[in-house]
Parts: sequence; C-alpha cells; structure tokens
Amino acid sequence: MIKGDTIFRKISFVLALSIPLLFCGLFFVVLWESRLALKTFGFSFFFRSAWDPIKGDYGVLPFIYGTFVSSLLALVIAVPLGLGCAIYLAEVTTTKFKEWLATMVDLLAAVPSVVYGLWGIFVLGPIFGFSLMNAGVLLAIMILPTITSVSREVLQAVPESLRESARALGATRWETVRLAVLPPAASGIIGAIILGLGRAMGETMAVTMVIGNRPEISLNLFAPAYSLSAVIANEFAEAVSDLNYSVMVEVGLTLLFLSLVVNGLARFLVWKTSSQGRIQ
Amino acid sequence: MLRKLFVVFCLLSLFMSSKALWALTLNGAGATFPYPLYSKWFSVYKEISGVQINYAPIGSGGGIRQFTAGVVDFGASDAPMTDAEIKGAGGDVLHIPTVAGAVAVVYNLGEEGLKLDGQTLARIFMGEITSWDDEQIAKLNPDLRLPKRKIVVVHRSDSSGTTDIFTNYLTKVSARWAAKVGAGKSVAWPTGIGGKGNPGVAGVVKNTVGSIGYVELAYSETNKLPVVAIKNKSGKFVLPSVEGATAAMKGGLKNLPSDFRGEILNQPGADVYPICGLTWLLVHQNQVNEEKKETLKSFLRWAVTDGQKYAAQLFYSPLPEDLRTKVLSTIDSIR
Amino acid sequence: MENIESRSYSIRKIKEQLFLGITFCAAILAVIPLFAVIFYILWRGFSSLNFAFFTQLPAPVGESRSGMANAIVGSMIIVGLGTLLSLPVGIFSGIWLAEWGKGKTGFLVRFVVDVMSGFPTIVFGIFSYILFVLTMRRFSALAGGFALALIMLPYITRTTEEMVKMVPQTLRESALALGLPEWKVLLFVVLRTAWNGVFTGIMLAVARAAGETAPLLFTAFNNNYWNFRLDQPMASMTVQIYNYAISPFADWNRMAWAGSLVLVFFILLITIVVRSFSKRVSYG
Repeated sequence: MIKGDTIFRKISFVLALSIPLLFCGLFFVVLWESRLALKTFGFSFFFRSAWDPIKGDYGVLPFIYGTFVSSLLALVIAVPLGLGCAIYLAEVTTTKFKEWLATMVDLLAAVPSVVYGLWGIFVLGPIFGFSLMNAGVLLAIMILPTITSVSREVLQAVPESLRESARALGATRWETVRLAVLPPAASGIIGAIILGLGRAMGETMAVTMVIGNRPEISLNLFAPAYSLSAVIANEFAEAVSDLNYSVMVEVGLTLLFLSLVVNGLARFLVWKTSSQGRIQ
Repeated sequence: MLRKLFVVFCLLSLFMSSKALWALTLNGAGATFPYPLYSKWFSVYKEISGVQINYAPIGSGGGIRQFTAGVVDFGASDAPMTDAEIKGAGGDVLHIPTVAGAVAVVYNLGEEGLKLDGQTLARIFMGEITSWDDEQIAKLNPDLRLPKRKIVVVHRSDSSGTTDIFTNYLTKVSARWAAKVGAGKSVAWPTGIGGKGNPGVAGVVKNTVGSIGYVELAYSETNKLPVVAIKNKSGKFVLPSVEGATAAMKGGLKNLPSDFRGEILNQPGADVYPICGLTWLLVHQNQVNEEKKETLKSFLRWAVTDGQKYAAQLFYSPLPEDLRTKVLSTIDSIR
Repeated sequence: MENIESRSYSIRKIKEQLFLGITFCAAILAVIPLFAVIFYILWRGFSSLNFAFFTQLPAPVGESRSGMANAIVGSMIIVGLGTLLSLPVGIFSGIWLAEWGKGKTGFLVRFVVDVMSGFPTIVFGIFSYILFVLTMRRFSALAGGFALALIMLPYITRTTEEMVKMVPQTLRESALALGLPEWKVLLFVVLRTAWNGVFTGIMLAVARAAGETAPLLFTAFNNNYWNFRLDQPMASMTVQIYNYAISPFADWNRMAWAGSLVLVFFILLITIVVRSFSKRVSYG
C-alpha cells in the first residue's frame, strides 16, 4: 500500500516536472535550429532593417518595430476602456447587470484570432487600409478581456477593510477608489497591462491578415508594416534555403525571448497583488 | 450519454474512412499560379481514376523547398529550379511543363483601359512614380482621366514563381530595375504591400483603391479586376489573354532547352503578350515507390494530353502538339 | 464658512458623477465590439450556410457544391488528439501541485504554466515542426495535435490544481480512515469530487484549442480530402477559414464566413455552458 503511494507520487512529480522541462526543451531546440542564422549575422540581426532572401540578407528590426508599435497602439485604446470597465465592475455596480457585462467582455476572448482577422479585413479594412492602425485597433479589441478581467481580479483582491475605512471617513465612491483601492492595486494593474501587452505581441493570425506585410519602418501609422509572428506565419513553411529556414527559427527565438520577458514580468507583478496567479 | 456519442462518432469516421482507405494519395505543393487549373484537374482525375491528389498552394518557393525536403511527392513551380537547387534535391529532377499563363497587371482605380510600357511599369514598382496622375503615365494614356492619388504597389509576400516571371520581365525591359532590384522568386521590393499567394495579391488589390499588382490571368478574370495593356516588343499595347500567351509560347519554344527550363518573356510578334511564363511540375526521375511511380506517370500523361482541354476555359494556354510529344517522352523516362 | 464647505462638496459631487459616467461609458464601449463582431459574423455567415457546407469536400473555385466537411471532422480529430496528449500530464501535474507543490519546484512549475498560457502559439508550432515534421519528413495531424496539447496543458493543470485544493480535508480524512491508500483516495475520491470543476477546465481548454490557427499552419498543414491517418496532413476549420478569407474569390470568402459562424457558435456554446456549470460547483 505504501508502495502504491510512492509510485503515484513519483509519477505525478515526473509529469509535473516535465512541463518546465518541455519548456526548456522548446527554448533549446529553437536556439539550436537558429545557430546558422546566429553565426551568420550575430547580434546585428536584431538591430538592422533588411529582408532580402535573394541576397541572403536579413535583419528583424522592422518586425520588432511592427510588433511593438501595434501592441502599444492596442494598449493606448484598450487600457482606458478595460481599466474603466474593470473599475466599474469591481467598484460601481452591484446588480445582475454586472455579471452579464462581465460575461460579455469575457466572451470577446472566446472568438478565434482568425475570425477577428476576417472581420478586420472586411470591416476595418475600408477605414484603415492594411496598416499598423488596423492591426492596433483589432488587437485592442482582442486584449480588452484580458486587461478587464485581470484588473478586476486585482481590484477585488484589495481588502474590503480599506474601502470601509475610506467610506467611514465620508469619501465618495470616486475618492474611495482613488485613495483606498488603486494605490495597493497599482502594481497588479500594471501587471494586467503588461499581460495585455504580451497577448498583443503574440497575436498572429489577426495581425497577419490586416497589417500589410511590408518589412519597413515607417512613422506613418496608416502605412503597412510587419510583425514577428506575422512573418513566421507567412514565410516559415516556404523558406527557400537553409539560411532562410534558420532565420525564420531565429525570428521565432526573438518572439519567444520577448514574450518570456514581458509575460514573466507581468505574472510577477500580478502575483504580488492577488493571492495567486490565475490563468487568463 | 457522452459515451454513446463517442461510439457514434467512431462508427461514423470508420464508415467515412472506408472510402478513403483504399484510395492512393499523392501529395504535392507549390505554385498558386496554376492552382485554379490544377484543382480542376485533381477533381476530374479523382472521378476518372479514384486517385486523390492533395495539393498545397504555398507558392513556388515553398513547393521547391518541400519537394527538396522529400515531404511531398511532387512540386510545382513557375520558376525553374536553378542548378544549385537541383543538386540540393538529389540531381534527378525533371521539369514537366503543364501549361503557359499570362501574368496580368491588375489595378483598382475605377477607370478601365490603362496602358503602360515596361519602363513605366518598372518605375512604378520601384516607387519612383508615386501618383496616378504622373506625367509619364498620362503620356501613355491621353484619353484617360487619371486622379491625383497615391499608387499603392502590391507584390507577393511569399516566395513566388509569378514574381520570378514578373521581375525577370522588368529586368529585361529596364536597366535600372536590373541594377537596383533584380529578379527572383523573392526580391527586396523597394515599395508596396505584400499579399500571400496569387489569391492574396488579388484580394488586396480588390480591397484597396489606387493599388496596382500582378497576378496570373485566371485570378484577374475570375475576380473581374481591370488589367493593364502592356506594350510588347513589336510596339503594340496588348491585354493579357490566352491568345497572347499562346503566341508568346509559339515564339519562345524555338529557344526552349531540352529540359524545358526556359522563359518566354517579351517575345516578338504583334499578338504577343510580353509577360508570360511556363509552369512546371517537379518530379524525381528515380522513383522509390513502384505504385506511386505508376500513379504519377499516369496522372502526368493525362495532364499533358486530356487535361489540356480544361486549360483555355480556365484562362491558361495549352501546350502545342510538338511540345506535348517531347514532354510525353520525358514522362516515360521516369523509372 | 458655509459657502466654502458647500462649494467644495459640490466639486466633489461633480467629480463623483463624472467618475460614474466615465466608467459606465468605458464598460459599454468595452462591450460594443463583441456585438459588432458577433452580429457581423451572424449576418455574413448565415447567408452562406447551407447543407452542403457540412457534407461536401472543398471544390475548385466556382463550383457550388463545396463545403468544409473534412475540415470540421479534422478539427475534431486534432483537438481530440491534443486533449488525449495533454490530459494525463495536466491532471497528474495538477494533483501534484495541489498535494505536494509547496516548495521551490512547485513555484517553478506554476510559473512556467502561467507563462505558457499567454505565449505566442506560433512558437509551439515551430517546436512541433522541428520535433515531428522534420523527423517524420511530412506534415501530420500528430504534429498538430502535439502543438495544441502544449496550448491546452496550462489550462488543464491549473484548473485541476485549484479544484483539487478545494476538496475539503474532511473528505480525504474520512476516506483514509476507511483504510484506502492515499493514491486511491486522490484518484477515486478527491479527483472524482473535483471532477465537475476539472471537466470545465478541460472544456475551456478545448474551446481555446479549437480556435487556434497559427500552430497548425505548418504542422497539420491542410488537406482537401478525407483523411483519418494521424501521420498525414489534415484539414482543420481554422486553417481553411484563413485560406478562404485571404483569397479573392467571393464564394471562398462566403465559406470563410460560414466557417467562422460555425466555429464561433461552437466555442461560445462551450464557454457559456461551462461558465453557468461552474457556478453550480460547490462542495459539502
């Protein structure tokens, strides 16, 4: 009987440990397959603008630019809306309307990326063309549920006693939120925002379908652009040489690394505030 | 309840797969250029012979790559493989020409009847001419009302044989293009938006006012996109058509090498459309699997003979008789 | 005195009203996109939906009897495969985290699981491509299933952990007191009690995986015919919708809308059912 217990515990342990091991495996495999590209270009790969498969010249700066700018654009739109909505849900309403509203916002997360892309082509396309702006607006809609629900959780984790003390002093709801709720929740909310950033950076299909696929840095937000995930979606299966293939894997490595930093930071900040991290 | 559903699902898939299990499947990948015709061919051939041919239209570059990696049984490309590429694929690659097609220059402006010559076309795609009312375009089109609108160039975002044909033409007619950009399945485009595959480019042009792009004729016809009349070598402005491509093929065939890896661009002749190309199916001469070899050979023979009758109605030029005989003997050499 | 006090109170009242108004607007604006997207899909999708859609294979351009039957079945097979692969690892890991995961290893596992849940899924596709497509020298449903399994794993693991943790200690103690070994208690008493909640986690993971496109693009690839072999390329709804969406052919675009409608309906159905289900989860 004791043997059964130790076997079970060992199996569970091995399987649980396999998750971080798989993840490390992913990292090393991707690193290994990019070695040709890394050897050829070194660090300049990340700071140059080039994309010439004929001459074999590659530099991913335009993609990093596109990924970041479209995501930041999405944040500019989604953070005020999402945060406002979260505060409304956590601090203002108390009725059934609240549950219905929360469900609606969460359902946004259930719509697949490719369907958003389809909608973006035919609805946002006539307004914004194929551009950074189009991608930014579309991404804003897609990360709204993330920012709203995580912010809401963070706000709800603030102890009720703080709110009660404020109210006892005669504070209005706005003053309660401003003085008693937001300050302790601040780092968690920043975490929620960064989580939204991470989501936007990793989005592939919707972005590919509306961003214009042009590897060029332009300050005009209505000009076409490209992103790290979009170029992988378009060109990975069609890499025409060993160097091209290795470069595509290295683009994946870049995306992996950036996501790791952003997601890791976000999770850490959210953990600090709410009792335990949650899957979003 | 869930268990019952599961059993029903298993039985259903077993029933449906029983039909699928006994059919041989060939896998191919490559050019989007001939895809409308190939998808018709595969559908008809399945009715005739029961053979399923699965084709992934991922662009000529992708087709060559997957063929070289051995992931597919045959590749398809409108850009012939280079000697280096052939060596990388094992050296025994046969190029089987199937049809010829015209690369139409499509645009979205509300006006029909645009005329351009090679040099102006090159300048537009180089980003040197940026507005539709530029005098160089107006000079060629005195009777058109050209708006003051920014030109949006659309090209391929993936590695493409159609791009190869188009850029090779521009290299021939514009020394500046040859020096600045060059030719190939994938080039460093000086300007423009990328569309994925022929369908992607057609889609972007269709949805973007003021855009100009290049697609195989079948895509411009089925989407009713206005096309540009290009000045050919004999000085006439010709619209892309099956007849224009057939005339180009007749002229170009004289210089076609025995392994069929040639081009038919900018041919002399009044009816010739200057931007045309052949498209090939890539197969290994030495086949490993006996059953696959026979199936492949039968399909190729059918494609080059009976299959040709579907070409013109789908806007491709069928191969002339004398070329067909040469191709058939090449197919016979597959062992 | 009175004037100053009432004046500052009015300012506070105004700020309060502004606050309520702005947050309300934000909430409403946040919901509008959902309606905009859903109604547009309903409108475009309904007009394109017909019986052929569910029973026919993809046909060449211009032919009317065209459908996504193989893609619908293909999606079910690939997602099913992903579930099969991720279920054992997810459940056992969840149990381990709940029972013995308090130390540094537990922190590491939880952290990795959390990070993985927000990861760009296309990178999982690259991983699966290198592991399976290159070694098997072909695209396969198996490679697609593996990529989806990686996406589903965090959801199943975390939900299992949370649900198992919620099972009251008294239940475990009574079972142990009756003489059952610990591992049997965990599997047959604790897990069974937590099963409703765990099942919702699995269904949410399925809904998430069913909507993924990027990881399937170069693993399961696509297939225009019926295929049930796991070592061959397989069609899926998401990839097919993508191909049809970016094409210029109007009838293919229509099929993309129809496919979107079916897919979104299916995913929303699971999500809504799961949410109402999980509200009824409670332990005695």
